[in-house]
Parts: sequence; structure tokens; C-alpha cells
Amino acid sequence: MRLGTHFVGTVRLGIKSLLLHKLRSALTMLGIIFGVCSVIAMLAIGEGASYEAQEAIKKLGSNNIIVRSVKPPEEANSSGSSRGFVLEYGLTYDDGARLQRTIPGVRAVLPMRIIRENVRFDQNELPCQVIGTLPSYVEIVGVDILRGRFITSVDEMYQNNVCALTAGLASRLFPFQDPLTMSVKVAGVYYQVVGIVQERNMVEQRSQTGQIDGEPLDNNVYIPMSTSRSRFGETIFRRTAGSFSAERVELHQVTVQMQDTDAVETADPQIKTLLRRFHPKNDYETIVPLELLRQAEATKRIFNIVLGSIAAISLLVGGIGIMNIMLATVTERTREIGVRRALGAKKKDIITQFLVETVVLSVGGGLIGVVIGVAVPFIVSALAEMITIVTVWSVFLAFGISGAIGIMFGIYPARSAANLDPIEALRHE
Amino acid sequence: MQATPKTNGAPVIHLEGIEKTYVLSAENIVRALRGVDLKINEGSYVAIMGPSGSGKSTMLNILGCLDRPTAGSYQLGGHNVARMPDDELSEVRGKRIGFIFQSYNLIAQLTVMENIQVPLIYQGEDPRAHHDHTVQLAKMVGLGDRLDHRPSQLSGGQQQRVAIARSLVNDPFMILADEPTGNLDSKTGAEVLEMLDQLNRSGKTIVLVTHDDKVAARAQRVIHMKDGKIDREVVNRPHNN
Ligand SMILES: Nc1ncnc2c1ncn2[C@@H]1O[C@H](COP(=O)(O)OP(=O)(O)OP(=O)(O)O)[C@@H](O)[C@H]1O
Ligand SMILES: [Mg+2]
Repeated sequence: MRLGTHFVGTVRLGIKSLLLHKLRSALTMLGIIFGVCSVIAMLAIGEGASYEAQEAIKKLGSNNIIVRSVKPPEEANSSGSSRGFVLEYGLTYDDGARLQRTIPGVRAVLPMRIIRENVRFDQNELPCQVIGTLPSYVEIVGVDILRGRFITSVDEMYQNNVCALTAGLASRLFPFQDPLTMSVKVAGVYYQVVGIVQERNMVEQRSQTGQIDGEPLDNNVYIPMSTSRSRFGETIFRRTAGSFSAERVELHQVTVQMQDTDAVETADPQIKTLLRRFHPKNDYETIVPLELLRQAEATKRIFNIVLGSIAAISLLVGGIGIMNIMLATVTERTREIGVRRALGAKKKDIITQFLVETVVLSVGGGLIGVVIGVAVPFIVSALAEMITIVTVWSVFLAFGISGAIGIMFGIYPARSAANLDPIEALRHE
Repeated sequence: MQATPKTNGAPVIHLEGIEKTYVLSAENIVRALRGVDLKINEGSYVAIMGPSGSGKSTMLNILGCLDRPTAGSYQLGGHNVARMPDDELSEVRGKRIGFIFQSYNLIAQLTVMENIQVPLIYQGEDPRAHHDHTVQLAKMVGLGDRLDHRPSQLSGGQQQRVAIARSLVNDPFMILADEPTGNLDSKTGAEVLEMLDQLNRSGKTIVLVTHDDKVAARAQRVIHMKDGKIDREVVNRPHNN
């Protein structure tokens, strides 16, 4: 009780002394304000960025390994200039079968042919990706069926001319009609629309096969694999900027779904070993979302350490600022210290008095810093369209550190005040 | 102060062979006090005089437990305070001794009210519980209408009167004053001295350092110091309460 009122009195006295030099106290607090603010804001931005990355990777499926055809580097340049030359590269139908057979722990292998074409309905003609794939695409890659159905094994068996459209493409192609009763035309062939779907994944992840900047991402036309093979053949001609090129690619992508995440780690090197034997040209790449996730987590850790260090340094600088001012204050108030000692103050009373002042400075700065630090991520979110996540622990961490800094850097000035000889202090001018 | 006089006349302070030596360097040793023996009875009024550098302030600081003697014994109310640890000395200062300084030594950021209450805080008292007492003290020194003023808004005499009120707030038995009128003109100085006389009449022991014979004349005993020793003592009036 008694101690309580005494403490309140000491805090009030500390605030009063600080208010005596408002500008000085405010400037001293700035160091802590910036420190705390930067801890919280930087951690929030870092947390948000890594959350976005992790979500993106998770959508690729942490049980999946994605194998993708890539143009071999040494032939990529020559292909455009040599007219009539057919560039042959990439994964083959055999690769898909081989992966299924050889790699232990494989649950499913999903082949894909991705061909860039234009899709037409009536007067509308839009660029699209014609994805020839199997019905298991729905589970392995992950799509939501909004209306109708996806392609089925029956479609695959009979090479049916049917297609599913992504929602965005469907709405652009059919502004007024119901797409499910219509057919669209791709490369001179009509396909009946059987379903509207939406990809759960980030489409960019496999759009390297010719994504044009600024084009809407959900422009997929899904057709049965067998249909794709018979309608388009294996050689794909492409006209780009007046020149003409032809490529022969059997499969553009194979998604290997493993039984569990443990199997992913063992399968990744096995897949590489297997493919190396049949692809000396290095015309493929593998993407392991699980590994990307791990990398993202490791990156986040490093990021946090770097940000944390920067913030810690700024807090440290703030602490030194506080200590500097308090040392000056002690010198300035030497006489007051002597008077208080003569009037019965013990050393610990003097220590408390000055320590309370530094803690008021640092905790006050900490509070303001928390408010700004929480506000900044919101502003960043609004302006930069970034996700930011202010974690509760970062607020407590920053606030706790600021308090600790006040005590740490306050101890020395407070002790040097208390250890002044009362008579010397009284005689001080 | 209407405290009942408790002047039984017994020696409450007993100094024996008090020495204070400052060792500045191996060759430079200052012997500020060189064996002082002194007894002071409770309720008496003692003035200390002597040339500059004779050790008056040093002695008063030791009497006030602000400083410890290098040698000798100091009995204060039956306790040897010469070897007391720092915290206990603080306690003795806070509870039993009131200080009045030449340069007032009020705390600039505090009001008159708060300045008077500073000694209370260090006794763990809640100042709010002593509001009436503080106001009474302020009225006694004639500053009842200045409670919210800061020291910078007061004259020297007024500041010294605040210091007197402050020295009384914990009801000490002894008031020590080092040249309390040194910074004041003779008229305000006389007012301050009148207050000290009154305090002595109400039973406080008063020890005062001065250079002024007229000031010393108010005391019962005048102790003349020279070169760190008591040179002679003059008794103005016998102590007969
Ligand atoms: N901290 C110190 N270090 C060294 N010498 C000191 C110290 N304090 C006092 N002295 C010396 O002790 C002696 C007595 O000093 P003191 O202050 O007691 O004198 P005083 O009688 O009060 O003089 P004045 O009338 O001028 O106030 C002086 O010679 C002084 O130089
Ligand atoms: Mg002196």
C-alpha cells in the first residue's frame, strides 16, 4: 500500500522532471520510438511477405513434384533464326509412364500438354492456353468446379471434343450466352463446353510456356489428353513477330503426386537421376514445392534475423541516447541529489528516482512506437497491396525490449547519481 | 509549533576526539578537524563561529550525519553514529535532523508545498496524508498563500522560510543551519533568526554556523573554532529550562 503510493509518487515526479525539458525528453524518446516502431513494422512486413510466399507454394501441393519441359539453353537462341527447323525437346509420354513405374511412393502422375492458341466463340476471339490433361487434374492440381463438370475418363477414351473453361475466360467469351450449351472453336475444331472451373493454384507457376505480360491469368481451356494429341499432333507451329518456328514437345509438364511429404524428399533425386538418363540435353526442370516451402521458411528466418538486428541496433542507439541524456541530467541535478540525500534519501531512493525517469522515457517511447509500429503495416498494406501481419509477440517483444533498454541504460547514470558524496553534491554549483 | 517543550537538558550529542582528514595526495593532507570534544544538551541553542577554513562546516556536516569523522566517536541520543552504514545515516538525517542551508537549496521543479513534503517521502509517508500539517507549517513561516509557487517565484527570504518549514516537517529534535542568513539582508535575516528563536523556545535543539556576532548573540553558547579545534566557548545565558 505504502510502497504503492510511494511508487506512484516517484513516477509522477519522474514525469514532472522530464516535462521540465520537453524537447529534450521528446528527442530522447525518438530513438526508442523508431526502434520499437521498426521492430514491429519490419516483422509485420516480413511476416506478411513470407506468408504470401508460403501460401503460394502450399497451393502447388506439398506432396507434388512438378517436372516441366524447358527449351534446352544451347538451342533456344538458334531456333528462331533457322526457318523450317523443328526443335524437338522436353518430356515424353514414356517419361510419364516411366516415372509412374520406377519411382517408389508415387500416387499419381499427371501429364499435361499446354498449347497456346486462340479460342473463338461467335465474334469473340481470345488468346488462351489449351491444356490437354486427364480427369485427375481436378485432385492433383486442384480446381473448383463451378458449373457442369470437368473432362472425364470417358472423354479421354473416346477423344471427345469437349472442354472446360476457367471462369474468367468463360465470362469474356460469353458475355450474354450460357456457355454450357455452346461450343467454342480452337484451331479449326469445335469443342463443346461442359464445365466452368476455377484454379485454386497460382496460374503463373506454369505459364512460362509463353505467358504474355498483362494477359488475364485464368484463360485456360481444358481438353482430354487424347483429344489434344489427335487434334494438335505433336508438332506445334508458332508464328512470332513475322518469323516462324516449330517445336515438337510431347508433354509440357508432368506433375508427380507422392503419397506423403516424406516420399517427396526421397523421390526428388530419384526423378532427376531417372530423367538424366533419357534427357542428356537438360531439357526439363523439376520444381519441388515442399523444398520451396522449406527455402521460404529458411529465408524468412534469415530475414527475421536481419530485420531483428537492424531493429535491435536502432533500439541500442536509442538506449545510448537515453543514457547520454541521463548522465547529463545527473550532472545538471547534482545539487538536487545532494539536497535529497541531506533530507533523508537513501542511495536506493536516488537510484529509483533516476531509473524511473529512464523507464518512463523508454516505456513512453515504447508505447508511442507500438502505436506507430502497428499503424505503419496497415498503411503499407493499403498503399503497396502487400499482406502484412502484426503478430502479438512482436508487439510484446518490442515493448519488453524498450523497457529493458530503459533499465539497462538507466542503471549506470542512476548509480552514479546515488554514489555521489552528499556533501560534494551539495557544494556543486 | 506548539510541540510541548521536552528540554530535559541531558546531553543528546556527545563528540569525543573527532578528527576529519582529507588526503588529497601523499604530501597534501588537510586536517579539517583535529580532535573536537563537544557536548550539546537537548533543547539548547549553539552558535559556531570562527575564521574561514577553521572547520565549522565540516563539523556541522558531521553533526548532521552527512559526513563521517575519520576518527573519534559521535554519540547521538545514545547511538554511535560515527560508524553507521550509509542507509542508517540517511534514516537519522531524515527523521531526527533538519537542515537549513545558506543557499536555501529548494528543488526547482517542485512547488512550495511539494518542497516542504520532500523529507516525508523518504520516510515512506504519503504526502497527501500530511496535507493539513504541511499547510500549517507553511502558514507558520508566513507562506500560507504561496503553496503553489515555485522557488524561482519567491524572494530569498521567502525561500529560506520554505526551507525552515521543510526542515520541520518530520519533527526532528535538532535543526542545523550553516550561515542561514548569509545570503539575506539584515531585515529578512532577522525574521529568519526570530523563527529559529521561536523553534528553540518550542524545544528544538539548534546548532548554527555564523560569522555575525549579532547572530551569535541569540544563542546560549557560542563556540569559537580555530584550525580545526575548539578554541574557546562563551556562554551567553545559562541553559535553564
Ligand atoms: N572535500 C574536501 N577536500 C579537501 N579539503 C577540504 C574538503 N572540505 C573541506 N576541506 C578543508 O577543510 C578545511 C575546513 O573547511 P570548512 O568548510 O569546514 O571551513 P569553514 O570553517 O566552514 O569555512 P567558511 O567559513 O569559509 O565556510 C578547509 O581548509 C577546507 O579547505
Ligand atoms: Mg563553511
